[in-house]
Amino acid sequence: MATQSADFQTLSRRYTADKGFRAFIQKGMSGYYKKRDLNKANFQDWQGARDLAAEIKYEAINHLDKYLLEFEEKITARGAKVFWAQNAEAARDYILKVARENNVQTIIKSKTMTSEEIHLNDALEERGFGVFESDLGEYIVQLRKEAPFHLVFPAMHLTRGQISDLFQKELGSEATDEPEKLTMIARDVMRRKYCEADMGISGTNFAVAETGMISITENEGNARLTTSLPKIHVALLGIEKVLPKLEDLSLFLPMLATAGAGQTMTCYNTMYAGPRQPGEPDGPEQLHIVLLDNRRTELLADAEQRDSLGCIRCGACLNVCPIFKNVGGYSYGTTYGGPIGSVITPHLRGLKDWKHLSAASSLCGACTEACPVKIDLHHHLLQNRRNGAKSSPNPLEKISFGGFSLMMGHPALYRLAVIFGRIFQPLQSVVNGTILDPLRAWTGSRKFPTLAPQSFHQQWKKDRGGKK
Amino acid sequence: MTGGRAIILGRIREALRNNPAPRPHTSHSQSEAAADHNGHAQREWLPKVGETLPERIELFAKISVGLTTEFHQVPTITAARDLLTKIAAESGWKKIGSHSHHDVDALLEGIELPIVRTEKGYAIDDLESCEAGVTGCEVLVAQTGGIMVSVESAGGRALSVLPPHHVVIARTSQMVPDLTAAFAHAKKKYGKQFPSFLSFITGPSRTGDIERILVLGAHGPKRLTVILLD
Ligand code: SF4
Repeated sequence: MATQSADFQTLSRRYTADKGFRAFIQKGMSGYYKKRDLNKANFQDWQGARDLAAEIKYEAINHLDKYLLEFEEKITARGAKVFWAQNAEAARDYILKVARENNVQTIIKSKTMTSEEIHLNDALEERGFGVFESDLGEYIVQLRKEAPFHLVFPAMHLTRGQISDLFQKELGSEATDEPEKLTMIARDVMRRKYCEADMGISGTNFAVAETGMISITENEGNARLTTSLPKIHVALLGIEKVLPKLEDLSLFLPMLATAGAGQTMTCYNTMYAGPRQPGEPDGPEQLHIVLLDNRRTELLADAEQRDSLGCIRCGACLNVCPIFKNVGGYSYGTTYGGPIGSVITPHLRGLKDWKHLSAASSLCGACTEACPVKIDLHHHLLQNRRNGAKSSPNPLEKISFGGFSLMMGHPALYRLAVIFGRIFQPLQSVVNGTILDPLRAWTGSRKFPTLAPQSFHQQWKKDRGGKK
Repeated sequence: MTGGRAIILGRIREALRNNPAPRPHTSHSQSEAAADHNGHAQREWLPKVGETLPERIELFAKISVGLTTEFHQVPTITAARDLLTKIAAESGWKKIGSHSHHDVDALLEGIELPIVRTEKGYAIDDLESCEAGVTGCEVLVAQTGGIMVSVESAGGRALSVLPPHHVVIARTSQMVPDLTAAFAHAKKKYGKQFPSFLSFITGPSRTGDIERILVLGAHGPKRLTVILLD
């Protein structure tokens, strides 16, 4: 049995049992729900905007080669270097090479999930580079040597007390329970780093083919500093993030802000068309775009689920997911958690080890409804279940469903089963939920409903039959 | 060195060849709108913006309150100077960053503070120790309460984000309805020669990374002041 699946069970059990933790996550989300709804209501037609966003992504993803080439041509003409990385290793090696060739010592990073995906920090640190996450949440989890808990809110699982303790221990700062003071401690540390760093690494939210730009969305200003002061800028870019036209951003920027954090617009939305151009006073001398495949093309080849490449990593599907809210981000054991992570991880990292994630869903469809680009998330989870069952069939499951369909197709068998049920139920209730209980997967946390002494069918026959 | 370019492109083409994806389920017929991308289709769905300039200014002012952008509308450049002098005194500015720009120069006339000018390059520490950065902008965006800045209109990349207080001066003629109009402005002005940096600033820097509680001035400016000149 896959250990990933066992880990998921252990961790999700632990988090789900922690009522305080669940209440804390719920509280963090409640402010988001309110702001998100207010901002959605401000749209003349949120559903219309989703339709258009889905159409634009459809156009872009289904002509990916064309738009990537256009993007590459335009941004190369502006002096940027584009490196096509087939996998995580190629991407890491390239970035290490750039760092070495330029005698880089200190690297400042702004938030990028793609760098988590390729485990870039470890690779850089192992080779002696000082690497600093500048996004507050990322910095906190970096100090704790943890991965981000959530796509958009990396440290939402920590209380201010825990963060204060962490800062006291790691930075020698004074204890405080004010988020403002804690933020200022990190601000002061990072100020020095921006000025010293010789390389800045960022993610990318969108790439624009028409004008050869990358667009970065953030609230703190750390990405802007990361891309302004160091002499080298490396931007990680998943191949799926390209949009055809500059104006497409006028739809996607407000939608990302609304779905992601309940904002009208995120504080800084910056478009970079290359490194510093002649006559410009600041900005990096070099811009390297690392265009990452890392099995995204596998997902592209699956026409049924291709739309999941349109994901803008807003996190909205996580925020509404009843599973995510209970098991939290760490149970998944993946870079991308929540519904979208459960959909794409089996494609990016192998169905065999990750198919259990598609069962981590109640199939309520809240994710699909929340998604600003209309990815059919909950159906994709079903498709992954189907694919998983096909690729490694479970004989026990096969037999039980075979038996079930036989029974449902033959009324006499069904009646017989009900009679047996009535006989065995009292016996089952003795062992209910214990290791002896054959139904314990289900009864472990639930009560088995008592079978009625008479079925509806029997009652009907008796009462109506008598009156006839 | 371009890496696995040919391989990746090959894989993309292979994945797409004779393998169409189902179209998204959309209630509106949008295929044409998406295909010609004129950028105007989205106006129908995005938040509404008034037709007249006063309505747009009012909307910008209203959104600014929510964002904690300090928005001031002033009748003359003299009034703008008085306002800036007052802010400078109250905040105890000792040194400010700025750049050569028609309206910014007019605003700073008579201000008796050392000024770090960025347009020809600057020392990072020198700019970092300024209490404020004073810049112009490309346009103001009524729909979002945003400010579009560029290398040219904001003295480079860092001036509008490194000092803890960012002051922007703009004229009412720079007020545009929405992001689409802002992009149209940039395309018209720069043609194919875009500056390497274009940014929408929407409120002062913020974070909610600790218990989702809003804190201003995470890494960028804690304060953002917009002075709109009639
Ligand atoms: S799948 Fe949709 S809702 Fe989930 S993160 Fe991606 S874009 Fe957002």
